[in-house]
Amino acid sequence: MSSVAQKKGFGAAVWDWMTTVDHKKIGILYLLGGAFFFVLGGIEALFIRWQLLTPQNDFVTAGMFNDLITMHGTTMIFLAAMPILFGFMNAIVPLQIGARDVAFPFINSLGFWMFMLGGIFLNLSWLFGEVPDAGWTSYASLSLVSPGHGIDFYALGLQIAGAGTLMAGINFLVTIINMRAPGMTYMRMPLFTWTTFIASAMILFAFPPLTVGLFFLTFDRMFGGQFFNHLMGGNTIIWEHIFWIFGHPEVYILILPAFGIFSEIFSTFARKRLFGYPSMVFATVLIGFLGFMVWAHHMFTVGLGPTANAIFAVATMAIAVPTGVKIFNWLLTMWGGSIKVTTPMLYALGFIPSFVMGGVTGVMQGSAPLDYQLHDSYFIVAHFHYVIVGGVVLAILAGTHYWWPKMFGTMLNETLGKITFVFFFIGFHMTFLIQHWLGFWGMPRRVWTYMPNQGWDLANMISTIGAISMGIGVIILVFNAIMATIKNERVGNDPWGDGRTLEWAIPSPPPFYNFPQTPLVRGLDSVWLEKMDGNESGFLPAEPVKDIHMPYGSILPFIMTLGLFIAGFGAMFRLEHAWGLPVLVGGLVVTFFAMAARSVRDDLGFYVTKEEVLQTEKEIAQRGHN
Amino acid sequence: MKKGLKKWRLFSLLTVLAIFLAGCGQEEISTLMPAGQVGRDQFNLLMIAAAIMLSVIFVVVTIYTIALVKFRRSKLGEDHIPEQTEGSHFLEMVWTVIPIILVLIFAVVTVYYTYKLGDVSAMGATDEEGNPENLVVDVTAKLYWWEFEYKDLGIITAQELVVPTDEKVYFNLIAADVKHSFWIPAVGGKLDTNVENVNKFYLVFEKESKDLRDGVFYGKCAELCGPSHALMDFKVKSLPRAEFDEWVVAMQNTADEKPVANQKGEEVFVQSGCIGCHATDATAVQGGVKQSGTQGPNLATFGDRNRVAGFMPHDAENLEDWIRDTQKNKPGNKMPSYGEDQISNDEMDALVEYLMGLKVEEK
Repeated sequence: MSSVAQKKGFGAAVWDWMTTVDHKKIGILYLLGGAFFFVLGGIEALFIRWQLLTPQNDFVTAGMFNDLITMHGTTMIFLAAMPILFGFMNAIVPLQIGARDVAFPFINSLGFWMFMLGGIFLNLSWLFGEVPDAGWTSYASLSLVSPGHGIDFYALGLQIAGAGTLMAGINFLVTIINMRAPGMTYMRMPLFTWTTFIASAMILFAFPPLTVGLFFLTFDRMFGGQFFNHLMGGNTIIWEHIFWIFGHPEVYILILPAFGIFSEIFSTFARKRLFGYPSMVFATVLIGFLGFMVWAHHMFTVGLGPTANAIFAVATMAIAVPTGVKIFNWLLTMWGGSIKVTTPMLYALGFIPSFVMGGVTGVMQGSAPLDYQLHDSYFIVAHFHYVIVGGVVLAILAGTHYWWPKMFGTMLNETLGKITFVFFFIGFHMTFLIQHWLGFWGMPRRVWTYMPNQGWDLANMISTIGAISMGIGVIILVFNAIMATIKNERVGNDPWGDGRTLEWAIPSPPPFYNFPQTPLVRGLDSVWLEKMDGNESGFLPAEPVKDIHMPYGSILPFIMTLGLFIAGFGAMFRLEHAWGLPVLVGGLVVTFFAMAARSVRDDLGFYVTKEEVLQTEKEIAQRGHN
Repeated sequence: MKKGLKKWRLFSLLTVLAIFLAGCGQEEISTLMPAGQVGRDQFNLLMIAAAIMLSVIFVVVTIYTIALVKFRRSKLGEDHIPEQTEGSHFLEMVWTVIPIILVLIFAVVTVYYTYKLGDVSAMGATDEEGNPENLVVDVTAKLYWWEFEYKDLGIITAQELVVPTDEKVYFNLIAADVKHSFWIPAVGGKLDTNVENVNKFYLVFEKESKDLRDGVFYGKCAELCGPSHALMDFKVKSLPRAEFDEWVVAMQNTADEKPVANQKGEEVFVQSGCIGCHATDATAVQGGVKQSGTQGPNLATFGDRNRVAGFMPHDAENLEDWIRDTQKNKPGNKMPSYGEDQISNDEMDALVEYLMGLKVEEK
């Protein structure tokens, strides 16, 4: 009854993936789902840049351009960057803390399906021809008057996806608090686990405001609410506050796990303990805390008055300090180490100058009076792409190469990886460096075209060429991933040879129960410590081999989400079609029945017997020797 | 030989200068060539920020480069196990305290300028006779055009803001439909025009716009406001105070003396209903009381303007094209298009001539 090498029919395989509650499989689902939306958002980006290649270009219409920028931003933030990071968190964090799964496997699956169906719901707007067009920020005055169902797709799709994110965040919090292996104290947790922990705590506090804001928007648009209608006593500025109270922490939710990924990579490929580990942890916590204190710096030009602007300006600048601490700690981790420039390390090396650029322009914009000039110009476009692409996306690409063997059991080709890096990195700087100057030269953001003779023509052309280069990089990466899967050359526990954390002590990919025996952790960089002490396996068990308790899979998370997905269409068309209301109610009924089914029927899980564990381990060991 | 060298030097100097100037953008729209106190304060702040930030980047890149060159595994050997340093309290103190000092310096400057640029206390001040001491312009942003009302002077105009140089000009900003943002990059930073409240700020225009390439500064809408957000441009003319006063008088006189360049054109203007939305009288709005002909931009100064519809070259051909198909030129705007069945080609020529003749400036 070994589950390692069973051949299944296609239908059975699909069913297996749809019902899985295994964190490693959900991690892969998140990664693939996120990658799909990443490519989609990338295509939207290329359309945007192509439209701006020359002045007065007519590649797309003005309305279409607003659809593209809105969907590009929304897709990249909510449906690409976050899910891919969740993919790594799912696949790696339980391994790093020596756990057999996350705390709530069922909720984990539910979180994934809500993200996926929420994302699909949002993107179905393309097929309906009514696409969100008020920017990813969807400021209230414009989003209320936007014709068609575009903004409805935005509000409902993000509501569904956002609820999934909140669940995932809670799940990681509980997992990291409760499921660490013996000896894995907080101050021995790998940095990626730490940043996941803090990012999850931020999700817990940042997503409820988004939920509330989206409900307000939904009610204003679909159920006659007046929260943002100033003619009826509402207020549009409230939307801006609510959005950014969510939106600013959101960018730290993205960047902290990215910091975590790079911390792992620097330490691994410099073959050296992370410099100043306690201060790295403290800086992470501090950034997480300060991230909630600065939302109004997105609103300096709203007219909040000099006192509010001054307070938020100074608070914003304060974040530079812990971020700077992190940068110098990474530099000093490299200093005195033994640096091997693998593909992940190459991304990490590219990250430092890119992110420092994005960081300093952030401080510049933190200065309110200067921001009056830079806000909503191309400078801000350059800035946030430097932090999100130069930070988060480089981390995602680095993490993909770094953990690919752990997640899939094969290696991505290193040469192709480095070629990807070159195209992507050069393209990235080419696209966005010049945009700082476009901002200085007075070009506003979100413009679908521009008149000639304003001094912007050449810079825009350079920017577009850069974007194409980034696109080529991504295509090579996709090709690389497909080739690696086709070749299917299996790798051992620690293909990089310098692994320091627990995930490198078990097979790639790990068996479904992860650890045959729960590990004992004696310090930071557990595997490295054991190896240095002469324990070649890098693994110290805390218990004898015994029966392992595992949860059953379930289709209920998918059904619950499907109910919400259907209800969303009902809500949207309720006012135009008679079937709207029944579909809205029917969808919710499906969800509630699925919830009731889950509540009534206890899932006691099953035991993997000791013999099965030993048999599986033996099979994996033999496979390794072949 | 020596002469050639000198020429070469001069040439290279000019090249450097040209590159430097190109890096500054164009005078009528670039924030890097500020034409007033507010923009210059912001530019100075940018320079201070850039100096601090470049020094930080320099330090990071230096350490980074040395580390990367010095500590490569290819040099140290495959088996080299580095010392597992835990950290250094001294170093960590250094890179905590120095950034704090830098941030504090920058914070002080920032707070100073925040209050300086936010100071509108002089707005509405009057002298002993009760006359306003400062010029106040009420800006209303609409889909996709700008209305400028000089309440104290009893005049209104659109699309082209006219201001005196070398004094503080105060602005009341509001939006009539959705949120926009008022930005004249070369003169100073932007401020949003919200739908529910009036925002106030001031700008100073220190350069006369007639010396610029088009004779105007460029103004932009900086907040996404719909399909034609990109085309929601306006222009700014800055004149010496005396010329500005003359302009004001001429504007006030448009109630009585309207230039009629083409009699038939005026008839078309009235009969086709243009006048329902567009007044040709710059006093059509007084003290905020809207009179007829204020749904669309006021056209009293149309002939003086620099652009048709805020962004198209100001000639007869573009004007006709605009009236014939407004949606093609500015998607989502509120002005109806007029086909040949509504305004014949002959009538159109007359109308265009009439409109182009609506001037208050001497040309």
